Amino acid sequence: MSVMGLFFIFIFTVAILWLARQGVMESPWLEEGEVAHYRRAAGAEPPPATKVALAIFLAVAGCLFSLLAAAFFMRGDAPDWQMPPIPGVLWFNTFLLAASSVALQAALVAARRADVERVKTALLIGAATAGFFLIGQMWAWRELIELKFFASSNAANAFFYLLTGVHALHLVGGLVALARTTDKVRNATRITKELTTSVELCAIYWHFLLFVWLLMFAMLIGWADGFGVICRRLLS
Amino acid sequence: MTDASVPQNVAPPPAEVEDVELYHAHSWITKYVFCQDAKVIAIQYAGTAITVGILALVLSWVIRLQLAFPGAIPFIDAQVYYQSVTMHGMIMVVYMLTAIFLGGFGNYLIPLMVGARDMVFPYVNMLSYWVYLIATLVLVASYFFPGGPTGAGWTLYPPQSILTGTPGHEWGIILMLASLILFIIGFTMGGLNYVVTVLQARTRGMTLMRMPLTVWGIFAAAVMALLAFPGLFVACVMLLLDRTLGTSFFVPSIVELGEHKEYVGGSPILFQHLFWFFGHPEVYIVALPAFGIVSDLISVHARKNIFGYRMMVWAIIAIGVLSMVVWGHHMYVSGMDPWFGFFFAVTTLAIAVPTALKVYNWVLTLWHADIHFTTPMLFALGFLVTFVNGGITGLYLGNVIVDVPLSATLFVVAHFHMVMGIAPVLVIFGAIYHWYPKITGRMMDERLGKIHFWITFLGAYAIFFPMHYLGVLGMPRRFYEMGETAFVPASATTLNIFITITALAVGFAQSIFFYNLFKSLKYGAPAGGNPWRAASLEWQTPETPPGHGNWGKQLPVVYRWPYGYSVPGAPEDYLPQNAPPVRGERSP
Repeated sequence: MSVMGLFFIFIFTVAILWLARQGVMESPWLEEGEVAHYRRAAGAEPPPATKVALAIFLAVAGCLFSLLAAAFFMRGDAPDWQMPPIPGVLWFNTFLLAASSVALQAALVAARRADVERVKTALLIGAATAGFFLIGQMWAWRELIELKFFASSNAANAFFYLLTGVHALHLVGGLVALARTTDKVRNATRITKELTTSVELCAIYWHFLLFVWLLMFAMLIGWADGFGVICRRLLS
Repeated sequence: MTDASVPQNVAPPPAEVEDVELYHAHSWITKYVFCQDAKVIAIQYAGTAITVGILALVLSWVIRLQLAFPGAIPFIDAQVYYQSVTMHGMIMVVYMLTAIFLGGFGNYLIPLMVGARDMVFPYVNMLSYWVYLIATLVLVASYFFPGGPTGAGWTLYPPQSILTGTPGHEWGIILMLASLILFIIGFTMGGLNYVVTVLQARTRGMTLMRMPLTVWGIFAAAVMALLAFPGLFVACVMLLLDRTLGTSFFVPSIVELGEHKEYVGGSPILFQHLFWFFGHPEVYIVALPAFGIVSDLISVHARKNIFGYRMMVWAIIAIGVLSMVVWGHHMYVSGMDPWFGFFFAVTTLAIAVPTALKVYNWVLTLWHADIHFTTPMLFALGFLVTFVNGGITGLYLGNVIVDVPLSATLFVVAHFHMVMGIAPVLVIFGAIYHWYPKITGRMMDERLGKIHFWITFLGAYAIFFPMHYLGVLGMPRRFYEMGETAFVPASATTLNIFITITALAVGFAQSIFFYNLFKSLKYGAPAGGNPWRAASLEWQTPETPPGHGNWGKQLPVVYRWPYGYSVPGAPEDYLPQNAPPVRGERSP
C-alpha cells in the first residue's frame, strides 16, 4: 500500500501543478473575449496528441505495475512465501533491455539530426535486442519450470511469472508500435516531424519499460526486501 | 476588437486544427455499424448499456420476488437467487452506469461541448465500443454455459467465489473475470480518448475554466477510472490464475468437502484491497458525471448561472483525489487494524465537505431563480433530494462503529441504492430528456415525461426508504431465506411485500419512458437548434442533429463561460458561448 501511496503522491502532484498552471484559479465569469489567457509562449507548439496519450497511458501502466508491486509485498508477508532461485540469464536480459533502450535513444537523436540511415540501423538494433530480451525471459521461465518451480507450488513463483509476464506483454505491445514505426522509416527518404514523434514515443515507452523492469528485478532478487519491511512496519 | 485582449507575448492557437483528419464513412456498414463518429459510438454505447440495464432490472425483480414471497415462485431456488444478485450488481455498476456515463454521454457531449470535430483517436474510440460489446456478450453468455453465471456476489470475494459450493464455479466465474478484463481494456481505450480530447482538442478560446461542468465531471471521472480500473484488472487476473492454474494469490489452504485443496497461504484480504481500490472510486466515477450534468441542467432550466463555478470545479477535483484513499471503509468488518479504520473513517467523512459544497451551490443556484419545471429539471431536483438522502446515510456508514452492526443489513442496500443507484439513474433520465432534442431534432413528450418522473421518483422512494427501517431492525442482506427468525417481526414481511410490489410497478412504468423515446423519434414536435435556449456550445451547432464533423466549415470560437444566463443588458436572457461580444457589453 505504501507503493500505491508513493505512486499517487507523484501523480497527484503532477496533476495539481498542471491544473494550477492551466488556470483553475481564474474567474471565468469576469473574463471575456476570444482568448482570455493563453499561457503558451509565442511560437511554442502544443505537444502532439499522441504524446499526451502516451503520457496518460504510462500513468495507467504505472498504476498497474504499482498495484502488482503492492500485492507482491503484501502477499510476501505470509509464512509460506519462498522466492524461487533467480535464473542467471536475467542479468543478461537486463543488459539487453538497457541496450535496447540506448539504441532507441540513439534513433531519436539521429532522427532529430535527420539522419535516415542511422535511424534505420538504431531502430533495428533496438527491436532486435528487445526481441532477444523476450526470448531470454522465456528461457528464464523454462529454466524455472525445469527445476519444478511451478506457479501453483508457491505464490512467490506465481508472482515471478505474473510480473515478468505482464512486463513482457507490455513489451510485445511496444514491439508492434516499433514495427510500425520501423516500417514507416524504411519507406521514408527523409525524416519528417511525424516520424520523429513516432520514434520519440517508442523511445519514451522503452525507457519506461526499462525503469519498470529494473524495479521489478530488484524486487525479484530481493534487493527491495528492505522496502517491504518498511511497508509492513508502517502498516503495523 | 477581440484581439485587443490578447497579450503581446503569447500566441493564440490556430482556429482550425489542421491535423484532425476527419474519418469519412463510405458504406452503410461503416456509417452505422463500424462507425468512427463519436456521436454514433455514443448511441451504440448507450443502447447496449440500456439493454443490459433492462436485463439487470428484471434480475432485481427475481431478487425482490424471493424476498417477499419466499419459495412461492418455483424457478427461484437459492442458486438462481445468488446468480441474480451477482449479475444485477455487476451489470448495473459496471456495464450499465459506467458505460452509459462515460461511453454514452462522454462520447456524445465531450466533442460537442469543447468545440471539437470528433474524438482525437476515432479508430481507437470505435474499438473501445466493440471490445465493450464483446465483454457484455461474454458476460451474458455465462447463462448458456453449464452451471450458469457465477453467484459469488458482485464483489467476487475469494475463496468462496471459486469453490464448488458457489453457483457457476465451473464456467460462470471464468466468464465473469474474462468479461471484466475485456471491459477494462475497452474502457482504457475509450478513457484515453476522453482525456486527451479534453486536453488537446478544445476549440479556440475554450480554456479549461470555460468548460461546462458536464465536461469537467466526465473528464475527472475518466481520469479516476483510468487509475482505478487497474486495481480490478490485477484482482481479476490473479483470481483467474487462482481458479485456472491453481496459484495461491488469494486462496488460503482450505478443506473442501473433506478434501484438502492444493492452495496454500493465499490472502483473501489482499483481494478485498485490490477490489475496493477500484470499487470505491467507481462510486465517484458514476457520481462525478452525474454531478456535472445536474449542474448544467439546473443552470439552464433555472435561467441562472451556476453558483460558485470555481468551487464546483475544485470540489470535483477534491472529490476525485479523496475518493482514491477511502476504499478501506468497505472493509471495516474484515478485522482491520483500528488505526486503519480511523484513517479511512476520517478520509471518508472528509469527502462530505466538497460534496456538501456542491449541494449548497446547487441549492443557491435555485435561490431566486426563474425555475422552469420541465422534465429535465424535475429529474435534476429529484436527484438533489435522493442524493442528499443517500449521502447522509453514508455519513452513518462511514463511521466504523456504526458500520459494523449495520454492514450486513438492508440498511447498506438502501444506502447505496439511493446514492449510486437511483440518484445517477435520475440524472441519466434527465440528461436524455434534455439532450434528446439535440440528438434527434425532436422534443420528447413533456406530459409523458412528467408522469414518468413522478412514478419513478415517488416509486423509488417507496422502494428504498422503508428498506432503511428493515436494515435498522437487523434484517440481513444477501440471505436467500429468513426462515424462523425471532427478531424480524411479521410487519417486516408486510413491508417486504409492499417493496416488491412497488418495485414491479416502477419497473413496468419505465415502459412509459421507452414509449416516449421511440414515439418522439417520429412524432415529437420539431425542436429547432436550441429549444432550451442554452448557452453552452453543443446547442450552437449549425445543424441539428449535428452533422459529421459537428461544426460545418469553421470551428466555433469561444468568447465566454457557458453560464451566461439572465445577463443584465444582453438582448436575450442567455449569451451563447460563441456569440462575439458587443462593444460596451458588461461581462456576464
